[in-house]
Amino acid sequence: MRNYPAIVARCRILFRLFLGFSALFCHPAFAHAQQNNSNEELLTLPGEVGHCGGRLVVSLRGEPKTLNPLIAADARSREVIGVMQADLVHINRATQLIEPALAKSWKISPDGLTYTLVLRKGLKFSDGQPMDADDVLFSFHVYLDENTHAPQRDLLIVGGKPIVVRKVDAQTVVFQMAKPYGAGERLFDGLAILPRHLLEQPFQEGKLAQIGSLSAAANQWAGLGPFRLREYVAGQRLVLERNPYYWKSDSTGNRLPYLDELVFLFVPNADAQVLKFQSGETDLISQLGAENFSVLSRRQDGYTVTDAGPGLEYNFLFFNLNDLGEKAPADMQRKQKWFREVKFRQAVSAAADREAIVRLVYQGRGAAIWGLVTPGNKRWGDTNLPHPARSLDRARALLKEAGFSWTTGPNGESTLQDSGGKPVEFSILTSSSNADRAKMAAILQDDLQQLGMRVQVVPLEFRSLLDRVTQSKEYDACVMGIASYDADPNSDINVWLSSGGTHLWNPSQTHPATPWEAEIDHLIEDQMSARTFDQRKKLYDRAQEILAEYQSLIFLASPDILAGAKNSVGNFHPAVLEPYVLWNVEQLYLKNGRENAAQ
Amino acid sequence: MSRRRKIANWLLVLGALHGIVLCAGFFAPYNPVEQDRKNPYLPPMRLHFVDSRKHLHLRPFVYSFQLRPGTFDQYVEDTAHPRSLKFLITGDRYRMLGFLPARLHLFGTDSERIYLLGTDAFGRDQLSRILFGGQVSLLAGLLGAGLTLLMGWCIGAVAGHFGGGCDDVLMRVAELFLALPWLYLLFAIRAFLPLTVNPLQAFFLIVAVIAAVGWARPARLVRGIVLSAKERDFVRAARGFGASNLYLLRRHILPETSSVLLTQAAILIPQYVLAEMTLSFLGLGVPEPVPSWGNLLSNLQQYSVLVSYWWMYLSALVMVPFFLGYLGLASALQERPGAYKMERRSLGSLA
Repeated sequence: MRNYPAIVARCRILFRLFLGFSALFCHPAFAHAQQNNSNEELLTLPGEVGHCGGRLVVSLRGEPKTLNPLIAADARSREVIGVMQADLVHINRATQLIEPALAKSWKISPDGLTYTLVLRKGLKFSDGQPMDADDVLFSFHVYLDENTHAPQRDLLIVGGKPIVVRKVDAQTVVFQMAKPYGAGERLFDGLAILPRHLLEQPFQEGKLAQIGSLSAAANQWAGLGPFRLREYVAGQRLVLERNPYYWKSDSTGNRLPYLDELVFLFVPNADAQVLKFQSGETDLISQLGAENFSVLSRRQDGYTVTDAGPGLEYNFLFFNLNDLGEKAPADMQRKQKWFREVKFRQAVSAAADREAIVRLVYQGRGAAIWGLVTPGNKRWGDTNLPHPARSLDRARALLKEAGFSWTTGPNGESTLQDSGGKPVEFSILTSSSNADRAKMAAILQDDLQQLGMRVQVVPLEFRSLLDRVTQSKEYDACVMGIASYDADPNSDINVWLSSGGTHLWNPSQTHPATPWEAEIDHLIEDQMSARTFDQRKKLYDRAQEILAEYQSLIFLASPDILAGAKNSVGNFHPAVLEPYVLWNVEQLYLKNGRENAAQ
Repeated sequence: MSRRRKIANWLLVLGALHGIVLCAGFFAPYNPVEQDRKNPYLPPMRLHFVDSRKHLHLRPFVYSFQLRPGTFDQYVEDTAHPRSLKFLITGDRYRMLGFLPARLHLFGTDSERIYLLGTDAFGRDQLSRILFGGQVSLLAGLLGAGLTLLMGWCIGAVAGHFGGGCDDVLMRVAELFLALPWLYLLFAIRAFLPLTVNPLQAFFLIVAVIAAVGWARPARLVRGIVLSAKERDFVRAARGFGASNLYLLRRHILPETSSVLLTQAAILIPQYVLAEMTLSFLGLGVPEPVPSWGNLLSNLQQYSVLVSYWWMYLSALVMVPFFLGYLGLASALQERPGAYKMERRSLGSLA
């Protein structure tokens, strides 16, 4: 499962004007002419200079549902929308730092409440229409409108009040917040600027949600991203073409993106992605599992696979700590009595063989974790967080302290029982489509068996699993994973806050159920409005320590980000943040680009 | 070869195969759910008689594997340290035939573990898993087929003997069941049942489910035989002497169905073993870590396993002798059908 407090979205549909112009614009001679155009302020990117032209093919696990960032909730839609839309300020996926995007510069007032953003000059949507402060105003108006139900809305409510957006002039916009926002300009990452000239009317009519379907006419929507829609073949592929008005250039002045076309092939699953990549049908592959990575790395034939290091995905086990009321079956009430016992959870954590998970599930391409912040997060990890080695003795001692005892069965197997003499028996849910987590659960099952717990692993289709965990709350324990979309703590805010929807062990509470959850709430809210990094870090470290003590999430392991590309793809630098390989899509190029384009 | 001889031979083969699976605890060197986390995806160890210095050993031995540094699943044979096989060795506890506590194993080694058929993702012994998995799959097949035949036999006999409205209703229901796509029916039934069941409950659920969908075909066969048998002269004669329905069914009619039932059994058992495997393969059967042939095969759903670890296919091969045995038995049973026997008997009565 992915956690996106406000699901990041970007997208657009465009029309097919200027077909064939793309190669022309990309030509150095034209690029020079463009640079001299005083109306345009292109963002110049450092890095390797590539060739223009060519088509790049990547695969998607299934079809995206929409190109409309206001309703996109699935990872595939977000991936496609990401290359068609642009934001005011962007997080560089490689450095994890912010950098200018549509806004070329910005100022923050000393009290941290007012952000003044200056837009680039000469920006145009992919249909050639100019973009200015009115589009920014319109976009935020749409995001904040309650009738739109945009997932971005939560993000734009700071200190309990929506952000106020004002226009100063055509190039300058001011954002006014009720409370300082700790993550600062990172707020703007992923908030696509919408085309007012196309969307104002549907917005007035309340029809925005109907716009942006894949099969709709391309001129319904326009974006500011490097690519725009060309063709959609249901069930097969989505073809995007170069946006000739894109606002970035390389260091020699060539307008980006280099590629003429970007094709997304729809394939059913991860194995099909590997097969397509191996047979050369696709040029890039990302989100590789460790096993498929080793299959691909065994015979690197015209392609190279890369281990980009630990990512931001954290996998964990959690128990059902929801308040189920008096109506809950007696059986469940008994189980919850164990689960609520902190020592029981600590014992489970002590018995979990994280090293084995990293070795057997990720083939060593991952890291054991004891907290939510993974080693892939460069700035926010708490170095003081304890990393206790696996110890069954400690686990047994903890269980004994909590009043559990053991009986020996006829075969010499010992069974853990609670103070009432009932055997400790429960089930762990996992997603049936995720082989990694099923394996984790199988390892935990064996680990806990050694403590005398009888554990069953129940693989469930992901949707019904999510339904059980967040809606009906009919489960004992569950193994799940979340991939933060950003290294900043605010991306996991809904996991931390007791009112959050992904506060999985007891989601969407009206009041914090326990004192330590209340304390975490305070710490997280305080760090949200703290001004300096050091202040925020201190508060966040404390929150991590509390979670590690109470073990409401028993953290297990974090996989490396594994990706691959044909050797002919230039500027391929997989990042540990989403989108792992397409984050610098405007700079990707084919080393034999000209020949490819001619084919 | 006479029919009787053929049947006896096939029964012998099947008996031996089932005996091995029944005594899995003895033939398997280890506990099938025990994880050896240091040795995932270990390839099968070869049995050697001649060592690296060309010395012949009478006792077979194996070389242990060392992980190639920096890899996860690439092993090299360590020829410096041969480890010889010990027979009738004391090892892990198990229950012979499901109830007798025992620790005797056919073979093993003193020190490190040996894996004659390699290990799976968790370092569990494939040989042990295949043998113990056979217990689940074969028992599910046998019990399922037994239950199906019992249901089919009763329903068929009732429908055929009493005829009329009763026959119509039962046979229309049977046709309904025949027309249903059974795999989807199995899914639907399994989906309605509780999710968190322990392995034993899951096992009986599977048996019940596969038996419940399969009774229609044997019921129709039995009905046909009952229909023709009840019109035979000796049955009419018995009826004329005042024999009751129950007596007629028991004494004269149902014995005629025996050869059909036996043939059906020989055909149904492998089919039901396959049904159990299908359910387990798709994750609806007995839950991991309990092995069953379907669970073992489900590892092959992953592309990486398919292309990297050939010994994971062995669980697919192991059912071949069993199926051959059952199908051989079925064809031997069919060789001289009951109809011929009856023909001669009625000719005899004419003379």
